[in-house]
Amino acid sequence: MKFRGKIVDIACLNHFSRVITTISKLTKTCILRLTPDNLFFVLCGKVANGGVSMWCELSQANFFDEYQMEGMNPEDNEICLEVAPENMSRALKTVQNAKVVKVKLTKKHCPCLTIVAELPTLSSVSRVVTHDIPVDVIPRRLWHEFKEPTVPDFDVIEANLNGEMNLKIETDLVSVTTHFKDLGNPPWGDGASQGSSSSQSRDPEAMAEARVDIRRLQQFLMGQQVNPSKAMCNIVHEKVVHLILLHDDMSLQYFIPAVV
Amino acid sequence: MDCVVTGGNVKVLAKAVHSLSRIGDDLYVEPQKDGLALRSVNSSRSAYACFLFAPLFFSRYTIPSSYAFRCKMAIKSVQAVFRSLVSLEKTVEKCRIELDDQKNRLTFTLHCKHGLLKTHNLSFQDSESLQAVFDKDSCGNVFRAQPRLLVDTVVHFPPSLEEVTVSVSDDRMWVRNHVEDEAEQSKAMLTELCLAADEFDHFAVQAQNRITFCLKELRSLLVFAESTGLPISMYFDEPGSPVVLSVTDSVLEGNFVLATLSDDPNHCKDNNRRTCTQPPPPPDDFMNDDMDSYLIAMDTSIAPVPSTTGPSTSPLVASTCSKQPAAVSHRSRKRNEEEKGKEGDRTADLNRPPDKKFCSLFFGSVLPPSPQMSTQPITHQNVLASDSEDDTCME
Repeated sequence: MKFRGKIVDIACLNHFSRVITTISKLTKTCILRLTPDNLFFVLCGKVANGGVSMWCELSQANFFDEYQMEGMNPEDNEICLEVAPENMSRALKTVQNAKVVKVKLTKKHCPCLTIVAELPTLSSVSRVVTHDIPVDVIPRRLWHEFKEPTVPDFDVIEANLNGEMNLKIETDLVSVTTHFKDLGNPPWGDGASQGSSSSQSRDPEAMAEARVDIRRLQQFLMGQQVNPSKAMCNIVHEKVVHLILLHDDMSLQYFIPAVV
Repeated sequence: MDCVVTGGNVKVLAKAVHSLSRIGDDLYVEPQKDGLALRSVNSSRSAYACFLFAPLFFSRYTIPSSYAFRCKMAIKSVQAVFRSLVSLEKTVEKCRIELDDQKNRLTFTLHCKHGLLKTHNLSFQDSESLQAVFDKDSCGNVFRAQPRLLVDTVVHFPPSLEEVTVSVSDDRMWVRNHVEDEAEQSKAMLTELCLAADEFDHFAVQAQNRITFCLKELRSLLVFAESTGLPISMYFDEPGSPVVLSVTDSVLEGNFVLATLSDDPNHCKDNNRRTCTQPPPPPDDFMNDDMDSYLIAMDTSIAPVPSTTGPSTSPLVASTCSKQPAAVSHRSRKRNEEEKGKEGDRTADLNRPPDKKFCSLFFGSVLPPSPQMSTQPITHQNVLASDSEDDTCME
């Protein structure tokens, strides 16, 4: 198993750092899946993290100048690692002005994701910063846990098909509702069957709702740094809120389960 | 005692106080003939800092002539005088420090714009003289750099990081975070920065040593140096001997003396597995590494130069005051207990570095060092070889 990638463009480095920082605000640890074309940051919904799950897909070619990997074996040409995104975020944060940043899988005292940056200096020799981030290699037999989540059959809720969305909070003393109008209801992309038949039959005025832990929602909204070109929210009535940030070269999906 | 500081020097004085406040809780004030000494030490005696302001730093410098006055006071009270640095710069024209002998008080008066006077009466306690014994001129490894270089170096390490390891070769310096716990080693992120000799104003290496010390105290000095723009000099020898960091100009001198981790295996039992005794790695062939060389093998390395200081066998005296030997030995004993990590003695002092690990304390006694100190045996080096079956073991 080998992996080596190199970033030379400052804008790419900046964007990559922002994505990772966004993820680091959502979870303490996640899975990094490396394939020949993509990087995925995956978080499985588990009771321990409140049932939220996350799927972030990046197209490697949009970030890396050089990217080489050899997976577990030719049939399973992937690498799965468990990593703390906060470490990656920290490592990248201080090298934003680097001339070159290399990311590679190494074995030091344990398997590590090593980030090496060459920083510009006034002297003839560059300053080299090396960060060794310990990772756990996920064995092949567990890979099935980290597949792209199937998008649930959603209704558009507390939002409706007329482009209206309400965000409501209620406490014993007060209830506050914010009304959004004129939002788009984009058809779901690869769409054919997924939601279209059921949503067509739905009354455009009918609201569907999901009640979620506000801290999770806040964590997502406050932590994001990717400045997406598009943001979407899908809701399955009383089940889950599905938030999507879209950018030219990456997508980030976050699922928050509804509380009873 | 009657001293007056004017203009921009008020801010320099304030910065020095803030810097010292990050070392210890008490400020030791001693007006001397050669200038006003402000000192602080941490509770485990592993970090000491002293700023000496020459008489020329002041527009008036009058000290008691008949007796040697020295005192200590809570540093927080002095910080309160110089609280807002921004407003200090804008509004304070001069600062006067006077001794009120009868009431055991030092009066700090800030003369501000528009005739405003802010007077702070701070009580003090008598104290013994606080003097660390160190001789930076005898140190083999000497470096000097602009503060920006060190600031840019420490920025790569998280604010919570306690200790750093600095290693040097003839033309390189490596700064690495130090991970003490074995348990932490597999979880902690390791960061290493490599600086070339020509980034320094002065780079002289006599022995290719590696030392580990508390980063927090270095940061305290950087706070001062960065604002004054003074270059920082660094002096050290073998591990176990303190590292001295100083800033000087014509009217002031600041010295931070920090204990370093000793390589003595008797005191660092749990650290045998660490790579602390490796010499620094060869320069990273950053531009040339190819796919096959991505695996970093652990070197077997030559053992370091044996440490000649046997620090804790004969505890060093914490004070040069000759009047209180009983108190002194009590303090030494307490320090030893702290070294062993005895929980009961610990106060909840969050400013303290992990004192039990700093085996070497540097306060000298007035007596010459004990002749019993003998050369330590060469430290045993555990060999950590890379796993040659890497690919399969990754599964």
